[in-house]
Amino acid sequence: MRIPNDVRITPELVAQHGLKPEEYQHFLDLLGREPTITELGIVSAMWNEHCSYKSSKKWLKTLPTTGKRVIQGPGENAGVVDIGDGQAIVFKMESHNHPSFIEPYQGSATGVGGILRDVFTMGARPIAALNALRFGDPSHPKTRHLVSGVVAGVGGYGNSFGVPTLGGEVNFHARYNGNILVNAMAVGLADADSIFYSKAKGVGLPVVYLGAKTGRDGIHGATMASAEFDDKAEEKRPTVQVGDPFTEKCLLEACLELMASGAVIAIQDMGAAGLTCSAVEMGAKGDLGIDLDLDRVPCREERMTAYEMMLSESQERMLMVLRPEKEKEAEAIFKKWGLDFAIVGETTNSLRFIIKHEGEVKADLPIKQLGDEAPEYDRPWVEPKRQPVLAAQHVPAPVDLKTAILDMMASPALCSRRWVWEQYDTLIQSNSAQVPGGDAGVVRIGKKKAIAVSSDVTPRYVEADPFEGGKQAVAECWRNLTAVGAEPLAVTDNLNFGNPERPEIMGQLVFAIKGIGEACRALNFPVVSGNVSLYNETNGQAILPTPTIGGVGLLRDLSTMATLAFKKAGQKVIEVGGPGGHLGQSLYLAIVHGREEGAPPPIDLAREKAAGDLIRSLIKTAQVSAVHDISDGGLVTALIEMALAANLGVTLDRLTPAELFGEDQARYVVTARNARAVLAAAKKAGVPARVIGEVTATPSLKMGRLTLSLKALRQAHEGWFPAFMAKEL
Amino acid sequence: MKTAVVTFPGINRETDMMRALKLVTGKAPVNLWHTETELPGGLDLVVVPGGFSYGDYLRCGAIAARSPIMAAIRAKALNGLKVLGVCNGFQIITEAGLLPGALVRNASLHFVCREVKLKVENNRTFFTNRMKRGQIVSCPVAHGEGNYICDADTLKALEAEGRVVFRYAQGTNPNGAMNDIAGIVNGAGNVIGMMPHPENMIEPLHGKLDCLPLFESLLAA
Repeated sequence: MRIPNDVRITPELVAQHGLKPEEYQHFLDLLGREPTITELGIVSAMWNEHCSYKSSKKWLKTLPTTGKRVIQGPGENAGVVDIGDGQAIVFKMESHNHPSFIEPYQGSATGVGGILRDVFTMGARPIAALNALRFGDPSHPKTRHLVSGVVAGVGGYGNSFGVPTLGGEVNFHARYNGNILVNAMAVGLADADSIFYSKAKGVGLPVVYLGAKTGRDGIHGATMASAEFDDKAEEKRPTVQVGDPFTEKCLLEACLELMASGAVIAIQDMGAAGLTCSAVEMGAKGDLGIDLDLDRVPCREERMTAYEMMLSESQERMLMVLRPEKEKEAEAIFKKWGLDFAIVGETTNSLRFIIKHEGEVKADLPIKQLGDEAPEYDRPWVEPKRQPVLAAQHVPAPVDLKTAILDMMASPALCSRRWVWEQYDTLIQSNSAQVPGGDAGVVRIGKKKAIAVSSDVTPRYVEADPFEGGKQAVAECWRNLTAVGAEPLAVTDNLNFGNPERPEIMGQLVFAIKGIGEACRALNFPVVSGNVSLYNETNGQAILPTPTIGGVGLLRDLSTMATLAFKKAGQKVIEVGGPGGHLGQSLYLAIVHGREEGAPPPIDLAREKAAGDLIRSLIKTAQVSAVHDISDGGLVTALIEMALAANLGVTLDRLTPAELFGEDQARYVVTARNARAVLAAAKKAGVPARVIGEVTATPSLKMGRLTLSLKALRQAHEGWFPAFMAKEL
Repeated sequence: MKTAVVTFPGINRETDMMRALKLVTGKAPVNLWHTETELPGGLDLVVVPGGFSYGDYLRCGAIAARSPIMAAIRAKALNGLKVLGVCNGFQIITEAGLLPGALVRNASLHFVCREVKLKVENNRTFFTNRMKRGQIVSCPVAHGEGNYICDADTLKALEAEGRVVFRYAQGTNPNGAMNDIAGIVNGAGNVIGMMPHPENMIEPLHGKLDCLPLFESLLAA
């Protein structure tokens, strides 16, 4: 079917394009005439939530985005931080939630593809990938299918592209039953003096189309991503794009070669809203107009209209402003890699976005108002209701401690994610120093340095208290990077929330951003890139508020890196940061007692900083042999993970259930040959610390009369995921 | 010693392999592009590395096996040039007819990246002469289609002639391969294919150095 360009624009058509009547009126005022259908498509793509951040911009501006290592903050394809020696790390996280629910394999695959492209568009070679996945309750009939498809899609794209997947998260909760989350993060390495940006410069320069051909896939994907779901979500399948990691790998190599040749003035990947968004961003940022001639766009389907070409979200494409004298050289590089290279337009001084097709002007729009001057909202919000603090004495002790611990280790929340990450290539590029299963992924850079990566958020905390939960997500990420010995540098935030037109959801977003901002400022951990995903609701039920934080840290000397595995029998086990006692919103409460209630553990950022700085200095001076942060499941979970990783046991002093399971923050477990020195250093730093046990050669966890063999613990920990996926549960 | 590594579009472990070869031979290997029709003179070894040549579309290795460089490699291999195919490289040289059998989808239907145990069954090859027969080493795998199959006569011949070079050991077969076959050699002894990635276990960062002697074997060959 062909859509004529002169169809009448009815209110229904406007509504189908996701524009509110007042937004459409604003557009009419700007234009001074009725738009063409192509123009309506373009404006709907640019002004939807996904591309314009219209609901969140006001609050995102409050986040700290600068620092002595920040080369580029939010607003570009990805953030850039300096890691010394003339090198920079380029990274970002982005969601692909709605497509992954509709078509899990392609949805997640193209999520990975999109974020990789964001990173290499800036001139960086991707060196690590992470993904944060949230699924519905395991008992929900769709969950297994979604897990299977998403994991295969993430792996299918990343493995073929050739980037090691070094970290991530997998959560289950009924609140994601109708709206899963797939947040993908990519981290790249570049020379600090050759970062490429999207801002076009110079009038009359060629605008070049690179990569794969344009088809009809993904039309209105970004608009779909900005709407709630109902029971007919699967009918939106045609709006999900199809990924081709092979073409992306070729595009990576061709782009890096092209950038090295000096031909590139500006470059932008075609992600959400494809050709429209990339062209408008390049022009608007550079205060330039763009003329496009769609007759020159490489298409893989026949008789595509201007409307379809402008809104296609076909993958593995880029748009570039080229140095004209380098045209032949640039074209040869793309021919070599078997990719399309076509001059499709030029930069102008008109500040208009003009689309020509088959001899007609199909669109003529003001570029600034489409792009960086798009509408913004100050949506009404209400302050979230906080849950009262649940005192530890109001939580009963487990009937049987042994059963409680085994049940927790075998729970969907705490069990091993090996089934997932063994489907990801974690070793490619030969630089992986820590693969998933530890506190952070670590990848070597050059001979001596390394960077650490982690992604974190505890959605049940954010639900109970968006402000503290926002702080906690940042603090935990900072803590995980610290636990391997890295200096935390900066974060990317991926804010997944429900419908912002509901004041209580907007309140969650506002308070979570406030919490993130406060923690980032206190920990000197600026936000350099991010993505907002709103309208994550099905039939009016919102997801748990999920602001995923992806962080990057620097290890100046890889030889000092810490790991969580116990190292040697006889070494003392030390709890750093004080004893646990907070059971509200803990996994113990949820798994053993079936209760999700209470305030989450409070975050004292000064204590967080003091404990983290102490741990980093202990690691640097080799005073600790194993390090692990205490988070979900509390101290006992941390200890069991350390034991299982080494196949060494542990004997514990007698601890109360609150001490074993409390999820109090700013805490770590370490082992040391010389415990006294560690305690002295902690005392000096004003951080509480105590010896709680000893590493043993006997493979079991012992506390008083309680004995749990590592064999039983391992079986519990490793068993759930494969059994669930094999439909044995 | 002069080595070369072939790059097809979609190959992605060529830098890992080049790093390994350089570490052991002290010289950077020549990187060959798939459209080349002749090999450089004086080559001692060509490695076809891992990855997803042509996206593994159609059938793993099928498109790469028909590229110009493979015609040149096949011709030289018939004259005794040493060829090593790893992972996708094994699939490519099998598709090119340099080794018998085929690699099909893992029995689990999943891509798998993990450490396995390999038993060296034949230590008289150019890639295993520094090992002991029956020695067991650790080595990672990373593949979705590494399940080795062949017809009954071929399997019988491979076993009878000692042409199984590596076998998955201690119950670690990750893909369902017949007779736990992880790597084989041709009758003339100059072409080896294997699914695991020895290039990813040769330095302290990789946790173990188990596969370094495999590369060191090249020096004696």
